[in-house]
Amino acid sequence: MNIFSRYRILLPIASLALLMAVTFYVQPRTLSYFGLNLLFNLAVPIALATVAQMLIIMVNDIDLGIGAFVSLTACVTATFLEHSTATGTAIMVALIAAYALMGAMIHVLALPAIVVTLGMSFVWGGLALFLLPSPGGASPPWLREIMTVKPPLIPMALVAACLIAGVTHWLIARSGIGTVLRGMGGNADAVRRAGWPLVRLKALAYGLAGLFGVLAGMALVGLTTSADANIALRYTLLSIAGVILGGGEFIGGKVSPVGAVIGALTLALAASFLSFMRLSPDWQIGAQGAILIAVLAARLLFNRRDGARR
Amino acid sequence: MQNVLQRPWIWAWLAAVVTFAATVVLSSGRGAGGLAYAALSFGAFAAIVGVGQMLVISLGPGNVDLSIPATMTLSATLALKAMDGAPGTVLLGLGVALLVGLGTGAANFALILLLRLPPIVATLAASLVYQSLAIWSNRGLRVKPPEALADFATGRTLGIPNVALVGLLLSLLVWIALERGVWGRWLLAAGQNPRAARLAGVPVERVRATAYVTVSVFATVAGFLLASFSGGAALNMGTEYLLMSIAVVIIGGTSIAGGFSNVPGIWGAAFFMFLVVSMLNTYGAGAGARSVLTGVIIIGIVIAASARRNPA
Repeated sequence: MNIFSRYRILLPIASLALLMAVTFYVQPRTLSYFGLNLLFNLAVPIALATVAQMLIIMVNDIDLGIGAFVSLTACVTATFLEHSTATGTAIMVALIAAYALMGAMIHVLALPAIVVTLGMSFVWGGLALFLLPSPGGASPPWLREIMTVKPPLIPMALVAACLIAGVTHWLIARSGIGTVLRGMGGNADAVRRAGWPLVRLKALAYGLAGLFGVLAGMALVGLTTSADANIALRYTLLSIAGVILGGGEFIGGKVSPVGAVIGALTLALAASFLSFMRLSPDWQIGAQGAILIAVLAARLLFNRRDGARR
Repeated sequence: MQNVLQRPWIWAWLAAVVTFAATVVLSSGRGAGGLAYAALSFGAFAAIVGVGQMLVISLGPGNVDLSIPATMTLSATLALKAMDGAPGTVLLGLGVALLVGLGTGAANFALILLLRLPPIVATLAASLVYQSLAIWSNRGLRVKPPEALADFATGRTLGIPNVALVGLLLSLLVWIALERGVWGRWLLAAGQNPRAARLAGVPVERVRATAYVTVSVFATVAGFLLASFSGGAALNMGTEYLLMSIAVVIIGGTSIAGGFSNVPGIWGAAFFMFLVVSMLNTYGAGAGARSVLTGVIIIGIVIAASARRNPA
């Protein structure tokens, strides 16, 4: 067992550091307050969506509808929340409750989460189309202010990322209920026999995921100042990739909140990095895929000895 | 009767029949033939990718191919470019498409086996690369398919669309392989318990490799036909088939936990998915309402099917 397999978090950190070093080398001007902010700005909503996905993966499910859900919450933010804080908040709470209900339903009826979330993605997407048939809406002024605030020394995007990582780390890795939730991913039967109501735990995990989905939509609108029904569809795949990049696994409740946030930052940085490389636009998507494969391959390199012993 | 209701494929077919009836009733009986014909044509594409996806999903939890849309687009783009609309090049185009399928399938499985990536992430990352290849080779040009091929893809034999015949032939092959062939037994055994299958002497990795190559080849066939059917390849032509391929497999009664396949259900589900959209169109629903209702109906079917499977 080497140092990388003991501290799973090191590999995501190393990949992010390497990518950052190369980016600074290629484009030294990014090594500044303004440059860093530009690089990581769009990472905040991606990080929030990745945490939402992580909460679902933590209980051994997968959410194929989170992209559509974030699009919907972005549309709600740009319309209802902008007009009236009270109505907007009520709708957001209802959406979070819907997510919790979906989790409870998946558990009680023993439904495959992959299909239910897929079906719900049509529902979220349809509702978003109702709200904003064409791109538009506006960001609530206070939200715009929060997302563009300029703290001293460290750009807002990085402060926000640290904050998200810190809060979710405390929630998932440190708090009592977080441990039980992870336990549910590891061995649901054992958790049930210890006297925990599994339905409520599953609803809690999904409800928390819904909360982070809402936050992701709000953060996104705060940055883009408008929304459309398809604004965040790619977040579904980005969030899954982010969780895995961050050292999470699909089964067994093995997830890392800090890793997930770092994974999201890495994905966001990869996109910026490729545009600095003056790579032909044809290859940008492909290069992102290649970077993803390379980082994941590195993970295996370090885990090989560990894996062979299993 | 009791027996028939226990079949996993029955729910998809019942749903398809009900939606068909609801649509026909609304249009007061007119256009039933046309609707059935359209369902056969469009359902065929969904069924071809669905049957491929079913093989992979049958391998057990975590196995799924997310690169189907990219593979469809890439094969169609390269094949149409190779044919360049010239007559007598159909076989060349088909050959190019199939080669793309073999290549992407092998690449996907190489990532899964050699890098030990979870299939979801491996096929997702690889699909980004295929997408780039398609963009690079396409350059926004829309090459028309050769006339003979376009005629075949939009034509019919004995009143049945040719694309549906191709789909039925492929499904039949898979069905026989699964029900009667050793390979099918191996595949299902590997899906039920890979460790037990390996200990029993099943070449599990070889079976998985063939499944991942087959789904890619089926995707290229669907992409090739779809491009010929719609008069050229487009970069977004495969997009809707990502969700579609998974949805028809699950609605069709194949177990998401792996180890149990169901070919007839895929066709029922493929018809159903097409008929729902056309029914909602007939009722004059807008894009938003159509999407919401599609989602609700999908979940409803899954709940109905699961209530049958494990009566509480």
